Amino acid sequence: MIEAFSELFFARYNYWMAIILMLIGLYALIAKQNLVKKIIGLNIFQTAIFLFYISVASVEGGTAPIYLPDGASAVYVNPLPHVLILTAIVVGVSITAVALSLVVRIYEEYGVIDEDELKEAVRG
Amino acid sequence: MTLIDHLPVLLVAGPIVASLLTLVAGWHDRRLCYPITLAAVLGEFAAAIVIFRQVMDGGTVRYYVGGWAPPMGIELVIDTFGGFILATIMLLALMTALYAFRSVKKEVPAEKTVSFYVIFQILLAGLIGMTITGDVFNLYVFLEISSIAAYTLISATRKPHSYVASYNYLVLGSIAAGFILLGIGNLYVATGTLNMAELAVMLPASYDLATVHAAFLFLIIGFSIKAAFFPLHLWLPDAYTESPSAVTVLIATVMAKVSVYALFRFLFSVFTMAYITESYPVTGVVLLIATIAIVAGAILAIAQDDLKRLLAYSSVSQIGYIMFAIGVANRIALEGGLLHILGHAVMKGCLFMVAGLIIYRTGTAQLSELGGIAREMPLTCAAFALAGASMIGIPPTIGFMSKYYLVLGAFEAGLWPYAAVLLVGSLLAAAYIWRFIEIAYFGGHHDEHHRTGGREGPASMLAPTIGLSLLCLLLGIFVAAPLETIGLAVAQLLGGT
Repeated sequence: MIEAFSELFFARYNYWMAIILMLIGLYALIAKQNLVKKIIGLNIFQTAIFLFYISVASVEGGTAPIYLPDGASAVYVNPLPHVLILTAIVVGVSITAVALSLVVRIYEEYGVIDEDELKEAVRG
Repeated sequence: MTLIDHLPVLLVAGPIVASLLTLVAGWHDRRLCYPITLAAVLGEFAAAIVIFRQVMDGGTVRYYVGGWAPPMGIELVIDTFGGFILATIMLLALMTALYAFRSVKKEVPAEKTVSFYVIFQILLAGLIGMTITGDVFNLYVFLEISSIAAYTLISATRKPHSYVASYNYLVLGSIAAGFILLGIGNLYVATGTLNMAELAVMLPASYDLATVHAAFLFLIIGFSIKAAFFPLHLWLPDAYTESPSAVTVLIATVMAKVSVYALFRFLFSVFTMAYITESYPVTGVVLLIATIAIVAGAILAIAQDDLKRLLAYSSVSQIGYIMFAIGVANRIALEGGLLHILGHAVMKGCLFMVAGLIIYRTGTAQLSELGGIAREMPLTCAAFALAGASMIGIPPTIGFMSKYYLVLGAFEAGLWPYAAVLLVGSLLAAAYIWRFIEIAYFGGHHDEHHRTGGREGPASMLAPTIGLSLLCLLLGIFVAAPLETIGLAVAQLLGGT
């Protein structure tokens, strides 16, 4: 039983890590009251997705796609997910920037960054 | 290669170049921004019509960006469905651009108008890109471009509440985008390609893989959040209510419709009809949730006291109608669904424009303070009545035709109880539309001290409003023209091309 579990876990531990990180991020997004901590949760969530993509690309014993000491027959990792994630990282940075600037604005207007207090401030 | 051959890529590049031009011109003189924006949108509208004609005459237009053929490069594809949506959203974008000038002048601080028009065009670029791309990851990138632009535009009025609305939309929208990214990743793992046409060919071999099921669920949930499909609509009412009027019109019509379009694209062009009905049957669940959305959205709309919020909940209900078409999943219902995408864009655009005009004149959208408004703004309220009739589904408006096809589709599939829910939805729509009509035409004698203007809004705002309301009627009477296009589009979607 334990053996089977550890095999299931360790054989693909990178994917498990991506899932665990994703759930931590989602938890922070939903359960945290602090608006900035929610953004941190969002970043963890996005990083988990990046990790998933990078895991997909990896090839055992593979080298970097542009460093081919054995010539064309060399084993190299799949470069496409890396390129995709480069784009996704840029998107993530922009979203974080917009989100943080909104938090700054909310703090200037209401003087709070706690969700419950904010709800009361909005109503009042 | 002439310029015409490059039109697809110009459609995306055009707004981006124009937005940079606006930025530079804005440094020089703020008043130059609006003419440049209007000219750019007009040009894109013309280009969209030219491409639409090309698609109707010569079939699907394919364009390889930078000359790189797929699977290496990104492909832009405009088929009948894409062309139809492209023409619809550009028409609405043009109307919004006309409407925006006075509305923005009043609602957005003067020093922010430059950035407003810059981001306005980036939003359009993202939405056009989502419509014409043939590559799933490219679609994600355009989705994020349009989303970030929308988060910013919602808070353009600098009202304190709008920051909170924008923040909440940002959090939910980013979760949605994350899910979509995961779904795309899973699709890539299963097939090794990101091109939509190739995915459609290669996916059937792995329909039973858990990876594909996971991809499907991530994608459908992600796009349901973006399209505000009940019960994932929580960001929508605040975002629609707090944004400047012109932005409300744009995101409630163009952006909402493009999200639905992307969902249709994934369901029918990437996955196929066979997958969603046989390999992984979801249509029953979608149908059930859609009927709940129709009724719940309408009931929530009745309970609102703010005109914009009322219309926002009405959108939740109307998205239910479009999803209903996916749930029934036969030819006639899908034709009704596509017709409702067009119809709902036109009528909801008109209704939100009326709300914007009322706010422009009276400074409020609280129903309780609008008693007898029709005596002061007769044309505006007439436009509301006409578009409202279409929302309820009174013949011969476009709203009647689309709901008629949805009901026919439900009958053909033998789903009698669900067809009855559609009619209940119409009845509830009558209730919330009537609330405003009653207050505007028969309400209130205590008006004098509330309102100062007491006239119609400016002509540049009134003209697009009346134009759209007449379009509700004309499209309903001459429904054969859009139906011909829609028939072709549905045939292509079901044919799995």
